[in-house]
Amino acid sequence: MSIIVSTPKRQTLKRHARTTALAFMLPVMGLMPLSSAVHAAAEVPDTLTWTVPFGVGGGTDVWARFMSNWVTKDLPGNPAVVIDNVPGGGSITGVNLFSKRAGDDGDEMVVTSASTQYPAMLRDRRVRYDYADWEPIFAAPTGGVVYASSSLGKDSASALEALASQEVKFAGQNPTGLEMPVLMAFDLLDFQVDPVFGMKSRGEGRLAFERGEVALDFQTTSAYKSNVTPLVDAGQAVPLFSLGVMDDEGHIERDPSFPDLPTFSELYLAQEGHSRDDEAYQIFHKFFASGYAMQKMLLVPKDVDPELLELYRQAARDLAKDPEFLKEAAEKVGPYGLMVGKAAATQLQEAMQLSEAEHEWVKNWLMERHNIRLQSR
Amino acid sequence: MIDTLLSSIGHVFTLTHLLFMMIGIFVGLLVGIIPGLGGIAGMALLLPFLYGLDPGYALGMLMGMVAVIPTGDTFASVLMGIPGSSASQATVLDGFPLAKKGQAARALTSAFLSSLCGGVIGAIILTGFILVARPLVLAFSSAELFVLTLLGLTMVAVLSGKNLFKGTAACGLGLLVGAIGAAPATGEYRMNLDIDYLYDGVPLIVLGLGIFALPEIVELLLGRGSIAKNGNTDLGKGWSAGIKDVVKNKWLVARCAGIGSLIGTIPGLAGSVVDWITYGFAVKTAKDPSQFGKGDIRGVIAPESANNACACGAMVPTLLFGVPGSGTAAVFLGGLLLLGLEPGVSMITTNLDMTYTIIWSLALANILGAGLCLMLARPVAQLTRVPFAILAPAITVLILFAAYQASRSLGDWAALGMIGMIGVLFKSAGWSRPAFLIGFVLAPGAENYFYQSMQFHGAEAFLRPGVLIILGLILLAFFLPVIRKAIMRRRQTHEVVETAPSPEEDVLESRGFGGVDFLLLLMMGAAALWALYDVKDLMPLGKAFPTLAAFITLLSVIAVVFNGWRRGMIRVKQPAFKAVGAVLGFFVLIGVSALLGFVSTAVLFCLGFQLTIARKSPLFAGLFALGVAVFLLGMQAAMNLHYPTGLLDDVVLPMIPFL
Repeated sequence: MSIIVSTPKRQTLKRHARTTALAFMLPVMGLMPLSSAVHAAAEVPDTLTWTVPFGVGGGTDVWARFMSNWVTKDLPGNPAVVIDNVPGGGSITGVNLFSKRAGDDGDEMVVTSASTQYPAMLRDRRVRYDYADWEPIFAAPTGGVVYASSSLGKDSASALEALASQEVKFAGQNPTGLEMPVLMAFDLLDFQVDPVFGMKSRGEGRLAFERGEVALDFQTTSAYKSNVTPLVDAGQAVPLFSLGVMDDEGHIERDPSFPDLPTFSELYLAQEGHSRDDEAYQIFHKFFASGYAMQKMLLVPKDVDPELLELYRQAARDLAKDPEFLKEAAEKVGPYGLMVGKAAATQLQEAMQLSEAEHEWVKNWLMERHNIRLQSR
Repeated sequence: MIDTLLSSIGHVFTLTHLLFMMIGIFVGLLVGIIPGLGGIAGMALLLPFLYGLDPGYALGMLMGMVAVIPTGDTFASVLMGIPGSSASQATVLDGFPLAKKGQAARALTSAFLSSLCGGVIGAIILTGFILVARPLVLAFSSAELFVLTLLGLTMVAVLSGKNLFKGTAACGLGLLVGAIGAAPATGEYRMNLDIDYLYDGVPLIVLGLGIFALPEIVELLLGRGSIAKNGNTDLGKGWSAGIKDVVKNKWLVARCAGIGSLIGTIPGLAGSVVDWITYGFAVKTAKDPSQFGKGDIRGVIAPESANNACACGAMVPTLLFGVPGSGTAAVFLGGLLLLGLEPGVSMITTNLDMTYTIIWSLALANILGAGLCLMLARPVAQLTRVPFAILAPAITVLILFAAYQASRSLGDWAALGMIGMIGVLFKSAGWSRPAFLIGFVLAPGAENYFYQSMQFHGAEAFLRPGVLIILGLILLAFFLPVIRKAIMRRRQTHEVVETAPSPEEDVLESRGFGGVDFLLLLMMGAAALWALYDVKDLMPLGKAFPTLAAFITLLSVIAVVFNGWRRGMIRVKQPAFKAVGAVLGFFVLIGVSALLGFVSTAVLFCLGFQLTIARKSPLFAGLFALGVAVFLLGMQAAMNLHYPTGLLDDVVLPMIPFL
């Protein structure tokens, strides 16, 4: 099912008027330089088709629809965006299909999420796509916070101490999904965590926390703000750390939504004998980068006309600076900026490649820690 | 609070709000009536309107759609025996037999009226309940959810008729099929034969269509005639009869609506068990339960009053915790996110007005939607008078259409054919198809909640007060009828009136044995053994459940054989060759569709069928095929659906203008 998301009509008219005015002024202005966007040789297609490998109304679908309304604003000709939802296989089905069918005319793009990235990194047998075949146009991050029950300690210091000595439960969906770096973080901080899997969403995990079945939980930013903040205010929950955000150079910094909360990296690196070069930390970093710092992405096949790709990226760069967009994005999809162009491409390539040794490490970790056999290619 | 309540009513009854809600209701009825579509398709239709709309109006539109889906899908359940969505599976059991008796209008009228009452009762309960529901929702842990799933599974005993072990075997097979795909605890893939399609498991809609709808079509087709067997009944009477039925059973409606809205509030369970639990409740509490499954109107009233109430109850976890209680509620949650509304505690504090707008829209949409359906009931019920040979190709195309929407892969059709084969065999040998379906539907819940409750609470899970209460209810459900029967028997001996209903039929049902029974026992035994072999290398938590299901199936198969040997079998004929042949024909149709393309095949199939089997004039056949083509292409254009294309579609379709 797909729906044409209409481009704002007024916008089109305005642009039309502007182009007409330009046409009249051209002979008069002679050699006056014009903006590069109007002048580029590459032709932007009238209609862009975005393959969204999730059902209508899911988180990634909502994000894609929101972005599609904005991103075409800064593209010449205001192309219409058709969203094509192809759910199934936890997003693998739709992306496999895209990978097989998409041409390089630049009118077909794919929206992916952490649940598309992780199976590729873990070499899932069903994956028939390769991120090396694509170029990201932009990527959007999400953040998250780990919090504990106040029964473990009234403040974060005492709760952290309790976690190192006392076994607690954590309700997760599955060990190879979005919670994987969080589970790794628990291990890196030497928490005694006994995870229970099979939750259908992070929301169910939070229910288990509120019921008192688990004493440790993790929520992404928007869910944390609306559902956990009341618990913190009521003295039932204590925030421990955020996952942080990643800058263009790949460094983890404090989350602007939670400036007072330390990041996991701060806590980890503060401990004696720990360094950024630790293998486990590096692996955590990769899964954090592809699952959180670049959780949702818009990509095109890499053989598309480079000038056209640059047009798309320029539009994304313009959008990333648009205050109106930032305001609405903060309300609807979270308070984070966009990662655009080369920076996104570099970070993506770095994050997505697990060396043989690293893959082996993950495999062993899953087996020894969670008793899970990774069925990879 | 009263202020908010009243101001929300004021908002709901403004003209603009009503207008948007009517759009939602129409869309909801459309996607409800057409099998295979549902909340998600409706959402896709509404999305273009939702953006930029005032959240109040947008909510009205969304609620209009969500509220009437469990109402609209009754048409397909009653008239064609097609379970339109998970909410209307139990309705098929008695609704379709009623249609066959020529009482389609009566069944539809009762169903819509019960839906209406259920929806309104549910909304009224919700109004007060949502303010205090938080602790109750939190009181239900995985342990309570597990025993509730058990309660659903015990309905197998109620539904499997005279031969209990055939029922448990069917249920065991259902559990096995339901366990295909990823194990919830370990993420390992089980029993998927390395087929990509099976990694996600078999979709519910495909299973429902295969087990219920296909065998019915085959039987009707072989029997000729129309769906309604006795042609003399005056269909016009159906309306008043249906209304009288509901009035007569008003307490059943009220109780089922109550059960529905309470179960609806429990996150993670609602949609799948509620209609079976209330159906079982109706059977258990009936003085004379002998007609259930053969066309008892209470079998329609109970699930229909419950499923609309359940849709109301499901708003509680969705709004309060952001955890949807049913498939439809998940769609609604997506809608909330699109509107930028994050569910949570704020829905009963700062956003209470929104919540009450939602609840009132829900009540109003239920009334308007059921009203519209009531008006449609009589004319649409005439369909059951039409000779079935004319309807058959349309229904076949509709089933293919519905199944393909499940995951848009040819695997949907292959699975449909396989399950359809099981369905035909089950039907001809009198095995319980509902038991199979219940096993399938409850398999994931049973496995997941058992595992989680053991992890969270250990053995103490079964000593929790909530668990004990529900377990008490289960025991009560089992023993109450036994006690009542004992009392009845004592009275009967006093009065010396023996009114055992048709003993001969009962004996055949419990002791008859035929070739299809033999084949099914063999197949089930083999399937169970293969499942044991397939999961043998998995982690303990990954294989525990399929192993258990396989043993249930195996032991039941052995028990059936043993019982038959002990009590003596009566050899019966179970003619299934023609039906099996028809399903094989269905496979041919699937193959041709995959090769030539769905639209061309559907048109050619309808043409050929009307000309040769129904013996209609070329003009009629042509118009009929044209109608089918217009429907398919119209749906494709309106909702941007996809069909499998093939050699012929690729050539012909581009030549049609306006596409």
